[in-house]
Amino acid sequence: MAPPPLSPNDAPLLRVRGLRIEFPTRRGTLVAIDDVSFDVARGEVLGMVGESGAGKSLTGAAIIGLLEPPGRIAGGEILLHGRPIHALPPAEMRRIRGRHISMVFQDPLTSLNPLLTVGDQIVETILTHKPIGEQAARRRAVELLEEVGIPAPDQRIDHYPHQFSGGMRQRVVIALALCADPELIIADEPTTALDVSVQAQIIALLRRLCREHHTAVILVTHDMGVIAETADRVAVMYAGRIAEIGPVREVVKQPQHPYTRGLMGSIPVLGAGSRRLVQIDGAMPRLTAIPSGCAFHPRCGEAFARCREERPELLAAGHARAACWLYAGDNAAERAR
Amino acid sequence: MNAPPVTPLLQVEDLRCTFDVSKPWLNRLIEGEPRRSLKAVDGVSFDITRGETFALVGESGCGKSTVARLVVGLYQPDGGRIVFDGEDPAQLDAARRQKLRRRFQMIFQDPYASLNPRWRVDRIIAEPIRVFGLMREDAQIRRRVAELLTLVGLSPADGTRYPHEFSGGQRQRICIARALANNPEFLVCDEPTSALDVSVQAQILNLMKDLQDEFGLTYLFISHDLAVVRHMANRVGVMYLGRLVEIADSRTLFEQARHPYTRMLLATIPDISMSGQARPAAQGEVPNPITPPPGCTFHPRCALADERCRREPPQLLPAGPARHAACHAVQEGRDAAPALRHDTD
Ligand SMILES: Nc1ncnc2c1ncn2[C@@H]1O[C@H](COP(=O)(O)OP(=O)(O)OP(=O)(O)O)[C@@H](O)[C@H]1O
Ligand SMILES: Nc1ncnc2c1ncn2[C@@H]1O[C@H](COP(=O)(O)OP(=O)(O)O)[C@@H](O)[C@H]1O
Ligand code: SF4
Ligand code: SF4
Ligand SMILES: [Mg+2]
Ligand SMILES: [Mg+2]
Repeated sequence: MAPPPLSPNDAPLLRVRGLRIEFPTRRGTLVAIDDVSFDVARGEVLGMVGESGAGKSLTGAAIIGLLEPPGRIAGGEILLHGRPIHALPPAEMRRIRGRHISMVFQDPLTSLNPLLTVGDQIVETILTHKPIGEQAARRRAVELLEEVGIPAPDQRIDHYPHQFSGGMRQRVVIALALCADPELIIADEPTTALDVSVQAQIIALLRRLCREHHTAVILVTHDMGVIAETADRVAVMYAGRIAEIGPVREVVKQPQHPYTRGLMGSIPVLGAGSRRLVQIDGAMPRLTAIPSGCAFHPRCGEAFARCREERPELLAAGHARAACWLYAGDNAAERAR
Repeated sequence: MNAPPVTPLLQVEDLRCTFDVSKPWLNRLIEGEPRRSLKAVDGVSFDITRGETFALVGESGCGKSTVARLVVGLYQPDGGRIVFDGEDPAQLDAARRQKLRRRFQMIFQDPYASLNPRWRVDRIIAEPIRVFGLMREDAQIRRRVAELLTLVGLSPADGTRYPHEFSGGQRQRICIARALANNPEFLVCDEPTSALDVSVQAQILNLMKDLQDEFGLTYLFISHDLAVVRHMANRVGVMYLGRLVEIADSRTLFEQARHPYTRMLLATIPDISMSGQARPAAQGEVPNPITPPPGCTFHPRCALADERCRREPPQLLPAGPARHAACHAVQEGRDAAPALRHDTD
């Protein structure tokens, strides 16, 4: 399939600027996502990694318009081809969903209707988005199932979700996500619920399909290994903000932000035998107690006075960008301390 | 190193555990279905030497947790036996068994589910001390609880709080403190870090290693994460559908795995070092354990499978130094061929 033509102004496929997500509670407003900005280019795989509660899923949900109330976008904008989509009426957002952006969740069963055959679900989705007849849609559905590696797709198309194994169900969900040839797929922990041997198959499948269809992916996961194998760029999230963002190779091999460095060192790797793991003491703060300045400062071995007072923006750091005062040009003196 | 032969701290011999997974009686009658059973553990044998960490690794449902529960006596085996420091708990009278039981403890995967939410942390940690009657005086127990909290990196003041006030990693520390309360020699750790984030996992794994060094603990360590197992274990057993398919010391296993299933598992680990090498893809999924394939249960996924594999279950046999494997191809010396098909996926 030929890649879609570039838009004339060459705007990135997706642009997120200053995104802020709040939860009003009785004890005050919780800010779960605070000033998050990034772009996704056409056909690119952007990994989004971080520990649980860092804000990965909320960011994904906001982009696809599935933020659950009382959570709300309280600031910033989300642009698709330069067009704002963060405040569209629900009907219009539904059209964007599926047609331009689709979603793959952690648990394949949440995306599948247990009462319909997988074929019915895929055909229905195709008919919603494509001006083709039922016969053609069914042929396309068989093709899609074949593409995602379901054996004997012309028979399996009439089976119900419970007749598939976990890995096969996630393949079906991926087929569903591809029905309308979306430009962007948001995959939130798509392999976390699967066995390790199946995980590798699903990741390889996603990667191959996105390359072939020229679909961009935001791959949300807590697994740095999956990111290293799959993503072009990676955003590392911490306490509702991006700590570091850059080309995956650079971030994995030469992490710049002290949090990313700690995170990389804490992962056991096969080649390293049983060396002691790098340990970041403490835990990520709760939303009710986000520290002042740099939210990482209480756990950071390199924190200095400024870190406690001023919040760092993303600054150029090596080949990446890091939200860390170590990379402010005017900090040279402090760094030498 | 040429150590003299030592009696293992734990010996597991031909352990078996079958679950009845039949539908309720009436449904069976109406639908004309027979009883169904599931061999969760099907003839598993291994030894653990004092002071070592033996790991069990394998995909979901292969029987790791069932082995763990059998070892600590939470399930009764349908066959085989477990010998701890030369004694078989099943052969002892209640008092002696209780005494033996004190010497091993278990840590579970879910630090949320395994702590009573209505109890204060000091009561949770003191409970095993009271149950086994090791200490009777309150002041003495209080001192011991404070000592245990400090040992696992919490503060004695944390004893007055409730489990929900702690993060996942801190709760796992509380579980470890409770497990250590009676100075056990042997800990069964069932996926102790699987529910935790990697940075917290690193804290807990480091803590477990420190405690092992300090107290000479012996671990049965269960995980589905091969990198974690490589990090923790001296010896490793790989399980597939209720059986051990390969046992070797950690280094041997990770550097020269021989069983096709072990090789497949190793190939599935995402390459965080970004060597850029293409990896062969794993094939298929674990079959339904209620109706396992005949012969070698791995044969539908194995590129080396032949007629014999489809017919005859392989036995766990020595396969070179410090290694046992249950595979016909290994025994026949035809396992040098690629065990995995290269695939575009
Ligand atoms: N109480 C039970 N009743 C019926 N079947 C059971 C029971 N406990 C376990 N099983 C089955 O026995 C097999 C082994 O289960 P077990 O929990 O030991 O697996 P595991 O290796 O620990 O898997 P996981 O990685 O998912 O924890 C599985 O097929 C499981 O469904
Ligand atoms: N409905 C909600 N009410 C209050 N806080 C929420 C809600 N949903 C998510 N959060 C909080 O927002 C933060 C980010 O959540 P999430 O995006 O799900 O994290 P991740 O996907 O990175 O694990 C967490 O601190 C979480 O507790
Ligand atoms: S800004 Fe300061 S506290 Fe934050 S990561 Fe950088 S050095 Fe550490
Ligand atoms: S070669 Fe045969 S015995 Fe060995 S793992 Fe493959 S199927 Fe099983
Ligand atoms: Mg999430
Ligand atoms: Mg288990």
